Amino acid sequence: MSLALAADVVLALLILGLAIWTIAASETYGAVVGFVAYGLLVALVWVRLGSVDVAMTEAALGSGLTGLLLLGAAAHLAPLEAAEGRGRPGPGLRLLVGALCVAVTAGLAAVVLSLPEPAPTLAPAVAEHLATLGVKNPVTGVLLGYRAVDTLLETVVLVPALVAVWALATDPAWGGRPASPGPKVPGSALTLLAQTLPPFGILVGIHLLWIGADAPGGKFQGAVVLAAMWVLVLMAGLRRPPALAGRPLRWLIVLGALVFIAIGLSGVWLAGAFLAYPEGLAKPLILAIEIVLTPSLAVILGLLLLGPPVADRGPGA
Amino acid sequence: MTLALTLFTVICVSLGAVFFLAGTLGLLRFPDTLTRLHALTKADNLGLGLVVLGLLPQVAWPLGALKLIAVWLLALLAGATVGQLLGAAVRPQPTTLGAGTAPAEGPAP
Repeated sequence: MSLALAADVVLALLILGLAIWTIAASETYGAVVGFVAYGLLVALVWVRLGSVDVAMTEAALGSGLTGLLLLGAAAHLAPLEAAEGRGRPGPGLRLLVGALCVAVTAGLAAVVLSLPEPAPTLAPAVAEHLATLGVKNPVTGVLLGYRAVDTLLETVVLVPALVAVWALATDPAWGGRPASPGPKVPGSALTLLAQTLPPFGILVGIHLLWIGADAPGGKFQGAVVLAAMWVLVLMAGLRRPPALAGRPLRWLIVLGALVFIAIGLSGVWLAGAFLAYPEGLAKPLILAIEIVLTPSLAVILGLLLLGPPVADRGPGA
Repeated sequence: MTLALTLFTVICVSLGAVFFLAGTLGLLRFPDTLTRLHALTKADNLGLGLVVLGLLPQVAWPLGALKLIAVWLLALLAGATVGQLLGAAVRPQPTTLGAGTAPAEGPAP
């Protein structure tokens, strides 16, 4: 027991140290690397707390995908930062930002510490009624049964996010292909990885989606793995990024959101409320939403990583 | 029999931990990127391999054991690839010496 406690303490100290290091890092690139490692450690904390679903989401989305986005941003910002060395915020502004951040942290800590000892929870009520939803994983049950509106918003919001990224394109590039990610070294180890890994990755992604009803997993985790496999193939140069004007691609992007909203609206007629599921149909409808959302999410996440289309329509970046 | 298996697990996992420790030491102390990569990949390959080998008697056959072996094989594949890519990226080449830190920008024409 004390050994587990020692491991937890070491983990907590590591996270605190890494957080300070990330904030103090002078280079954007170094800070992003610190952030990625920080996310992986936070995922370990979620595992220790027994929240494997959250841990997988944190590792896949919070650390992996966000880390990649930030790495890309850092690479693009590097020349600007070198040129604008004098444009950095002064000590007064930095102190103010630091003080505000400390205030947020202190406020959160005060709220957590002032919770009554048996914290108020709806968990027993959820556990009691989980059987009527037909899913065994309580996280999936809550996300698509009781908090379906939240889940709807957080999946639909990715579509405008992608449109916002595309809006950064120049006029001649609109509807074209995004730049090929990564350096092109034909016949490198990356090519081999991009040829051998995707079959297993696709299997793991579909497995995560399918197991999500009964065990930790689900559409987001599965979609991130699928998107990673797609981007890996693009990085190795085995395929070109798609032209963003393509009709099938655009339908694929909005399909998940459309089906989710359609099922939600049908609940108004069939069950009396938006996103309410008719008696006995909860599990099939939840599965349908998850299955249709997964390819949409995978494509959206991959396209978010690829960035806006570029005017250079050639094969290179 | 159970005692022997437990002993096997303890010895293998401890050996794996030793390799991770040595790999970390090498990562911190070795003089240049290529030797540091060498230390890092050794920790991944042998350290993780020994930990997996040691845990095999403790999990259900066949699914649990196969999952552990799959984790090790995937880590091998990823580690070997990343090692190759990093090695190729830092290998001194006449055109890229002293170039920026962003490999995505490609070599200067």
